[in-house]
Amino acid sequence: MAKVLMKGNEAIGEAAIRAGCKNYFAYPITPQSEVAEYLAKRMPEVDGVFVQGESEVAVGYMIFGAAGCGERVMTTSSSPGVSLMSEAISYIAGARCPAVFVNIMRGGPGLGGILPSQGDYFQATKGGGHGDYRLLVMAPEGVQEAVEMTMKAFDLAEKYRGPVMILGDGLIGQMMEPVEFPEDFDATPMNNDDWATSGMDTRKTDKRNLVKSLFLDPKALNDHNLLLKAGYDRMRQEEVRYEGYNTDSEYKILIVSYGTMSRVCKTAIDTMKEEGLEIGMVRPQTLFPFPEQAVHDAAAKESCSHVVSIELSMGQMVEDVDRCVKGQRPVTWYGECGGDIPTPEEIIDHIKSLLKN
Amino acid sequence: MGKTFSKPEALTDAHTHYCPGCTHGIVHRLVAEVIDELGIRKNTVGIAPVGCAVMAYNYFDCDFQEAAHGRAPAMATGIKRVRPDLMAFTYQGDGDLASIGMGEIVHAANRGEKFTTIFINNAIYGMTGGQMAPTTMPGQRATTAPEGRDVEKTGMPIRMCELLSSLATPGYISRQTVLKPKYVNKAKKAIKKAFEYQMENRCYSFVEIVSTCPTNWGMTPLDALKWAEDTLLPYYPLGEFKTPEE
Repeated sequence: MAKVLMKGNEAIGEAAIRAGCKNYFAYPITPQSEVAEYLAKRMPEVDGVFVQGESEVAVGYMIFGAAGCGERVMTTSSSPGVSLMSEAISYIAGARCPAVFVNIMRGGPGLGGILPSQGDYFQATKGGGHGDYRLLVMAPEGVQEAVEMTMKAFDLAEKYRGPVMILGDGLIGQMMEPVEFPEDFDATPMNNDDWATSGMDTRKTDKRNLVKSLFLDPKALNDHNLLLKAGYDRMRQEEVRYEGYNTDSEYKILIVSYGTMSRVCKTAIDTMKEEGLEIGMVRPQTLFPFPEQAVHDAAAKESCSHVVSIELSMGQMVEDVDRCVKGQRPVTWYGECGGDIPTPEEIIDHIKSLLKN
Repeated sequence: MGKTFSKPEALTDAHTHYCPGCTHGIVHRLVAEVIDELGIRKNTVGIAPVGCAVMAYNYFDCDFQEAAHGRAPAMATGIKRVRPDLMAFTYQGDGDLASIGMGEIVHAANRGEKFTTIFINNAIYGMTGGQMAPTTMPGQRATTAPEGRDVEKTGMPIRMCELLSSLATPGYISRQTVLKPKYVNKAKKAIKKAFEYQMENRCYSFVEIVSTCPTNWGMTPLDALKWAEDTLLPYYPLGEFKTPEE
């Protein structure tokens, strides 16, 4: 298929449909309302479902109800909206339902701002909602990757029977780039007869299914949470994705960066390379599971004297980077947390200042 | 002589955990009888609330989802939108529906979602231990209103049927009770009608059942029935508030 020029938000909406998701529930919030606007028009064309809920709280549970029936379902929102959905995400994780959440991050805390941010790293990877659960989180660096990750998210949600999040930022949502939709994508949902409330007649069975997260017996809850943990452990084995950039070189400093920010870092790395200065980068594509081994090993390279986590936040991922580097090298943070994005020149200046010290 | 009375197929064999004198058991049975009579058990998804009926799925023998507090109407919306061929009903108490879930119930009703709500109004929070609900009567004691509900500070009890009837979207809104045998058949008729409107894909349907909570009211089951009839029914009048034919 030929490439088409699409805005990130619209491409995410189209990707869902191409992945066989005909069910979309959402509440408007800047900077991702274009997904809802696109799908309000597009879903009826494919006999799909479009519902604008009364709040992100309600939307979270519309997703829960639909996912509980075993149907492919997605919502999109931005930071304050995802806070409101986090309650439902916890229930969906507890009840083991597959669902796809997209967070096109904006600045926070509170209303924050509407410009790009990566301030929800903790919310996405460490919790957000209550209780013992993890979210599989993928972070695209551009529109093409947002499409691929969105489509893959439905498979992963079903493989692990849980919520999966695409963590983008306002820039990815708003910018236009050429995209190509995979043609041979298998959009068939996995068989869910053993758990989904799809109706006993539909399943041709006398066995009813329950979608629930309440386990009053401590042993039952313990067993249930260990079952969830087994899934998260399997994610750590099978789903870690990252890109190494200029990591074959004898880099002096290792950058760890993801999403929009990592693209700016790539430009900075290319410029410095032309000047004869080698800088490497590990770009996590999955934030949970985090590429722990890759960051650890890249930091251990003999030529590398320093690791810097460059983020559009006050320094959140840097804690994971530090955890993985395990004291082998100094780990510091650099970035912006108000909505501006550091320029390649600013990154180069910062890298050079690190080398000077 | 043949068998003349038996447990509905839509109920499991489990003993309920409800307190002596609680009316949940009667209402469960009525809903189950309606499901049997309409032959929809294998095509139905119930949505349990948070509250005393959270484990309703232990008693109803059909597919079930368990909601968070107040969110059952949003889950039923999700279910019915993606699977309009299924029947869905939410079973919710007054703390769940009229307090924390007020937004979800009003908007689901206003969108005209094609599911049915059974609303158990016993004017108090049951499961959490007798706290004041939006439906608690003026002066009625609750653990969070030890001197009785002070309407100067907490407002008057919310009447859900009247509130939902004010929406312009067509719907079926009815208030019934099971306090005496004479009321029970009427309540069942209303529940059946509500499910039938859903089957016809006609409208949202809502049946409130004025109920008792002897445990948290601090009364014997008999006193509770009398108190409900004397105190609740005058404020929560029975009847059909709205039909889609109007």
